[in-house]
Amino acid sequence: MTSDVVIEGVRHRFGDVLALEETALTIPAHERLAIVGPSGCGKSTLLFAIAGLLEPTEGTIQIGADRTARGRLRHCALMPQKDLLLPWRSALDNAALALENRGVSKHEARSRAQPLFERFGLGEFESHTPAQLSGGMRQRVAFLRTLMADKEILLLDEPFAALDSITRGQMQEWLLGALGSVPRTVVLVTHDVDEALLLTHKIIVLSARPGRIMVTLDTNFPTNLPRREIVTSPEFASLKERALEALEC
Amino acid sequence: MLNAETPAVQGPRWGLGRTRASNLVKSYGPAAVLVLIAVAVWETSIRVLDVPSYLWPAPSVIVQSMSEETDVLSSATWVTLKEVLLGFAIAITAGLVVGIVLHVSRTIRRAVYPILIGSQSIPTVVLAPVLVLLMGFGIGPKLAVIGLFTFFPIVVNTVDGLGSVDRDYIRMMLTLDASRWSIFRRVEFPAALPLVFSGIRIGATYAAIGAVFGEWAGSDAGLGYEMLQAQGRLDTPQVFAAVILVTVIAVCLFAFVSIVERLAIPWAHGNGTAGGKAME
Repeated sequence: MTSDVVIEGVRHRFGDVLALEETALTIPAHERLAIVGPSGCGKSTLLFAIAGLLEPTEGTIQIGADRTARGRLRHCALMPQKDLLLPWRSALDNAALALENRGVSKHEARSRAQPLFERFGLGEFESHTPAQLSGGMRQRVAFLRTLMADKEILLLDEPFAALDSITRGQMQEWLLGALGSVPRTVVLVTHDVDEALLLTHKIIVLSARPGRIMVTLDTNFPTNLPRREIVTSPEFASLKERALEALEC
Repeated sequence: MLNAETPAVQGPRWGLGRTRASNLVKSYGPAAVLVLIAVAVWETSIRVLDVPSYLWPAPSVIVQSMSEETDVLSSATWVTLKEVLLGFAIAITAGLVVGIVLHVSRTIRRAVYPILIGSQSIPTVVLAPVLVLLMGFGIGPKLAVIGLFTFFPIVVNTVDGLGSVDRDYIRMMLTLDASRWSIFRRVEFPAALPLVFSGIRIGATYAAIGAVFGEWAGSDAGLGYEMLQAQGRLDTPQVFAAVILVTVIAVCLFAFVSIVERLAIPWAHGNGTAGGKAME
């Protein structure tokens, strides 16, 4: 199940306010796309529209054969900015939510989530409650919860915005490794240009409200290089400059 | 930073200070001391001023009256306790069910919620005799009065609690294939529990008063009934004895609810968790 996301003539208004200017965009399967823009530029709106959490006031978004919000919801899993872990569930049970929602028994759901905890370095934290975990650990659990939904498209809504910069760097590296081992279509919303360049293949920069695509940049750094080397390379610097330039106007 | 050598975590010294017994003293000590002081002041001033006990009895006289009438008071306490527990159980069940229905159906909520709020201005105390006329001298009108007293805070807190869940949680659950029922039972209901419990705790303090009012309106047993009887005899120490027993029932019920709450939703209390604000 690999479907492209096709966005055609999409606009969105909240009442009288035009949040998103006409947008057309195709996201091929397994591509990683970043949407960068200033606060309130409609990037979360675009993400929610792709997810099927809202229907844009104009235009269509199609994933595979599905054109309705309800249909798109089946293809997408959303990782929100706040970890939104349920405080009454252990880390493992939080990650297993999607399976339980589909009617898998609690026991079965746990035993399926467990291998992922081991694999992504969370093994010893399974039975911790969210309150006992650090911010970075909570985001990891939140990502696993999204992954466990077993959807072809992952929508990441500023996933690391609430973390300090050192933890954020570690998490970006962790996420890059995790995504390398489970290829998915990824749409990442962020206002951190470095994060966008580092984690994705392609970046679109949106203008301030109403959001409009200002520039599209291809990134694709070799994934085997350490983060430190990528962020200090001249290619990275020149792409960053172009992105920042687009953000300024 | 007084001394760099001092370890960041202090072991045994703190350990002792955090035992259960000393926590109990810390939490309830001040209240106990205050009560003791009040009782002492009460006792001495009655003795010094030589107030007759039918006007305002000293604590020692009340205790004496209690020990003389143990049989009467204990059977009356039992009657009232039964009314309180049964009435309260009914109120909790009804409060939860109605609260959930109001949450699930917006139409019903719009129709019923304002009426529910308005109903709070009805003086239940005045209504009690009417209930006795309708339902007779049995336990019925007492349960109805207790229910009317305690139902309201439970319903309102249930509706508020269920509605307090951040939209972001619902969105997250929707992308994880959650049905309406799944969102209700995995997110909304657990998230509502802290508020539901505080509604039940408020209700617990009203339940005993409700029973007394119910008995005053017409009954032949219970602490409220004994109060009226004793008042007729000008046996004020006995009135006070009954009042104290009603208070004890209320405090015990409150404590019981608090214990159940701590066991049921440990994540909402200290214990290294996020604290009362579960759904920030």
